[in-house]
Formats: sequence, C-alpha cells, structure tokens
Amino acid sequence: MFSFDLLANALVAGVMLGGFYAAVSLGLTVAFGQLDIVNIAHPAFVILGSYIAYMCNSMWGFDPIIVGLLATPVFYFIGVGVYRIYYESFERKGDEALRGLAFFFGVMFIIEVGLIIVYGVDFRSVQAPYIGENWEIGKIGIPTRMFVPFCVSIVMFLAVYLYMSRTFNGRAIMAVAQDRLALQLMGADPVKIKQLGFGIGIGTTALAGALLIIIIPVEPSVGRLYIGQVFAIAVLAGLGSIPGTLIAAIILGIAESLVSTFYGPSWAPAVAFGILLLALAFRPQGLFGR
Amino acid sequence: MKLNSFWLWAIVIAAAGAALTIFDVIVINKFIYFASYVILQYVVLATAWNIMGGYMGYVNFGSAGFFAVGAYSSVVLYKLIQAPLLVMIPVSGIVCALLGLGMGYLTLRLKGVFFAIATLAMAIVLETLITNWEYVGGASGAYILRPRTIEPFGDYIEFLFFVMLILAIFAVAVARWIERSKVGRGFSAIRDDELAAESTGVPTLKLKLLATTISGFLMGVAGAPFAMYVGFVEPASAFNLVYAVNSIAMPMIGGATTWLGPLVGALLLGTVQQVATVTISSELNLLIVGVLLVFFVIAAPDGIVGLVRKWRRGGK
Repeated sequence: MFSFDLLANALVAGVMLGGFYAAVSLGLTVAFGQLDIVNIAHPAFVILGSYIAYMCNSMWGFDPIIVGLLATPVFYFIGVGVYRIYYESFERKGDEALRGLAFFFGVMFIIEVGLIIVYGVDFRSVQAPYIGENWEIGKIGIPTRMFVPFCVSIVMFLAVYLYMSRTFNGRAIMAVAQDRLALQLMGADPVKIKQLGFGIGIGTTALAGALLIIIIPVEPSVGRLYIGQVFAIAVLAGLGSIPGTLIAAIILGIAESLVSTFYGPSWAPAVAFGILLLALAFRPQGLFGR
Repeated sequence: MKLNSFWLWAIVIAAAGAALTIFDVIVINKFIYFASYVILQYVVLATAWNIMGGYMGYVNFGSAGFFAVGAYSSVVLYKLIQAPLLVMIPVSGIVCALLGLGMGYLTLRLKGVFFAIATLAMAIVLETLITNWEYVGGASGAYILRPRTIEPFGDYIEFLFFVMLILAIFAVAVARWIERSKVGRGFSAIRDDELAAESTGVPTLKLKLLATTISGFLMGVAGAPFAMYVGFVEPASAFNLVYAVNSIAMPMIGGATTWLGPLVGALLLGTVQQVATVTISSELNLLIVGVLLVFFVIAAPDGIVGLVRKWRRGGK
C-alpha cells in the first residue's frame, strides 16, 4: 500500500537526516576534498565525540551539544597532532598512498577497540530535555531529537562555510591542494595551512559526534558504517565543494530515509555504499565536480 | 621446475603436516590444530592481500568481504548438494576471483585511494546483501554439520589443518612466482609510477585486473573451509573487521615488498593473537594489532624483513 503521508514523512525525515550527515561529512570534505588527506578514521573520531558527550552527560548531566562545542577545540588539537605525525612520517617522504592509508586505518581501529575496552559493546545514549518530544504538523511528525541536531548542523555548516570563503586562512586551505607554490608566494606556509585545515576537520567531529548520539544510540563499531555515508557524500559532492557537501548529504539522507521506510531499515546501510560505488564507477568527479 | 630450497622447504613442511595429522606422530592437544588453522588462514589472507597491496600499491580494505563470500559460497554449496570440502574450496575461490575481477573492472580506472574506499564499500554492501538473504540464514546465521572424522586423518579438525597448510603453501608459492616473474615486475612498475608504466607499454589495466582476480581467488580459498571450521556462519563473524585489519597489518608488519613479509607477519602476529586471546582478552589483543600496525608504518616502513636486511647489511 502506497501512502502519501508515509512518503511526506520519509522526505521530511530524510532532509533532517541529510542536514546531520552534512555536519558529519563536513570535516572529511575539508581533509579529503581540499587537503588530499584520506582520513578514513574520520567517522571513528565522530564516534569518539559521541562517547565524550555520553560520558559528560551520564556523569554530570551536561547537555550533549554544549559538551560537543567545548570538545571542539580539544579535537582541533588532536587533529593538529595527528597531522604532524602524518606529515612527518608519510607526506614529507611522498609516501602517503599506501602507508598513509594503513596509518589511518590503524588509528580508526585503535579508537574503536579502545572504546570497546572502556565502554563495552552496548549501545549508549544521552539524556536531554529536547529528546523524545514530537511535533505534529498536519500528518507529518517531526521528532525534536532530529530537529535540534538538524538546526545545530546547519549553523555549524554555515560557520565553517563562511570561514572558508571569507577569511585569508580559510581561502588558503581551499587553495593548498591546488597550488602549493602560489600559496607560498602569497606568504602562507602550506604545512601550517594543512595543519589548520585538518585540525578544523577533526574539530567538527566533536560536535557531529554529540549530535549523532542525540539522534541515535551509539556503540563503538557503528563508526565503520558511517565511512560509507561520509565518503559517498564527499565523492558525490565533487571533492572539496562545501555547498556540494550539503546538497549531496541531503540527497543521501532522503534516499536512505525512503529505502528504510519502504524496504525496511536493514537495507539502509547498503544505500550509502551503493551510491558511493555507483558514483565511483560512473561519475568519480562527483555531481558538482570541476 | 628445479628443486631449489624453497620447494624443498615446502615439501618438508607439507610432509611434516601429513605425518602429524595422518599418523599422529606426536599426539598433541587438539587445540593446537584449531589455533594453527587460524594462523595458517592468516598466512593465506595476508599473502593474498600483499599481491595487491604490497606488490602493486593498491590497498584493499575489503578482505573480510572476500573472505566471507568464500565462506558463504561453501554454505550455499552445502545447502544445495552437501558438497565436500574439496569441492567447496575451488568453487569459493572462483566465485571470489570473479568478484575481484568485477570490482577491479568497476574501480581500477580510478586513483588508488578510490579503489581502497570502494573495497570498503563493497564489503559493507555484500554484508547487507547476505544479512538479507534468507536462504543462507540471513542475520541469524546458518549451521553446518561437519563430519566428526575423516579418513585417513582421524579427527576432522586435523584434516582442516592439513588442508589449510597446503593452501598456505600454495598461496606463498603463487606470491613468490609473481614476485619473480614479468607480471611481478609489471606490478612494481605500477606501484612506483603508474603513469610512467603505462606510457612505457606496461598493460596496466590488464595487470591490475589480474592482481584483483588472483588476490580474490586466494581470499575466497581462505574463507571456504571457515564454514566447516566453525560449524556456524553468521554475517557478523564472517565479515569481521578483524580479517580486514589483520590482512593489512600482517604484511605491513612483516614487510610488504616480498613474499616472506606476509608469511613472517602472519606467523608472528597470528601466534601472538592466539596466545593473547587465551591468556589476556580478545579486545586487548586487537588493540595490540592496531598499535603495532601504526607503529610499524611510521617507524619501520619495510617491516620486520626490512629491519633484518638492514641489520645484516650493517653487520657486514
């Protein structure tokens, strides 16, 4: 039985999911799309952010979004540290392809297993006043645990977009992978700029992780599933295009929401990876690629 | 072929394996067979990964996907015709070889990084497909009754151990052959500079497809006896990330440019893991693998084999 109410609900849920996905993949768009650093540990950092929100929420009752905001600078410095290691060990030697990938794979694995050792494999969730309510607009239900993260995601997204397009450092980040020499002539150090960009990329995961655990309970290994989402979005967006990221994220959110409404949630993980495989096979430059 | 020391060793090891399992030369605890089986399985997986990753520089994150497809091909064969293990192994290998070929065909025109991501994506798509495929048990898994004994080996686990030993020798021999042949030199040319290789007449696409096919075949072969080994296959265990991590970590730690590297890495890391799983905890031993992987890619790019070579050269 096809119902338009179901369809409308799925569309609204998809748009909100997509907004959230945009926040999750924003950091990867910067790291992978603009800096050419294939950070497959990105979703693992998101999950780490979720667990920090969970820890502060369950121990002291702090609001997860505020925790996420406060953790952002900490994550920024973690990102700077990871980039230093990456640069010194791989990038400087021109050896980033094979070993750099294995390095990030190892980092992802260490975060995941570390979380399992500390917190076990149970699903964890947070408590906040805006979780669990549901607004009804006509026949369409809007759960607040989706709506609040959606709004925060969009704000974060706009903030990063404005920083990237309006400030000198932001523009330098966008330029660094395209023409290092020109950047040096402008008086900017490419390594410092990449370090800044990668730090911002990891910084966004702190807040994105907090949003994730508001939307859905989290366990350490779900990070791997998000690899599909974030890379599908980054590739579909045309590597490095920040507005493209938002559009690609919303397309993916809607596609996933439709599939899980009409075919069942057990098929949802295949949507992102399926889109990713199709995009890689037929349109690797992405929808908004250069 | 000339009987050189490699083949001599291979024959000695195979004969020793046969003597152990058929004639029970030394009566040993059955657990040793279970543990050694897993270690040998990693020898096959690590060697298979290295053909793509080490020789050609294309990282495959989807080893677990190939492994699981091998295991599930066996499940299907078992459900259809109750096929014996020696039928399952070649069929699983061929299924995975075709999978590798197909995946290579779709993605190998892209930069190496996209290939790596695509393999990861493929593993998850396959896992979702199998989780939703009721015939092979879906998410709840499928049982396989393995025979208790088989002649002339006695206990079935001894037979499985022996089969895996032969497969491991086969895999290492294939890798060693590739390394020394024209094909292997083509692979290295692709790894070092794909554009230069292409423009000097190396048929890069063909070679890359050959590598994905061989590597897929070996991974499928490694997965085929898994169903018989555990007796119960479910998606979560067959697609376990541990296989993907180990098949990357072992060659990287052993040394990714020679056939010896994955062998050394798998034997060493596999043994450490078997001991650690029994004595400490399985999570902690995974953490050790992750830390070792990161440590080795940073500090010892050519792995243990590279370190030993350097040390030898320094000693002389």
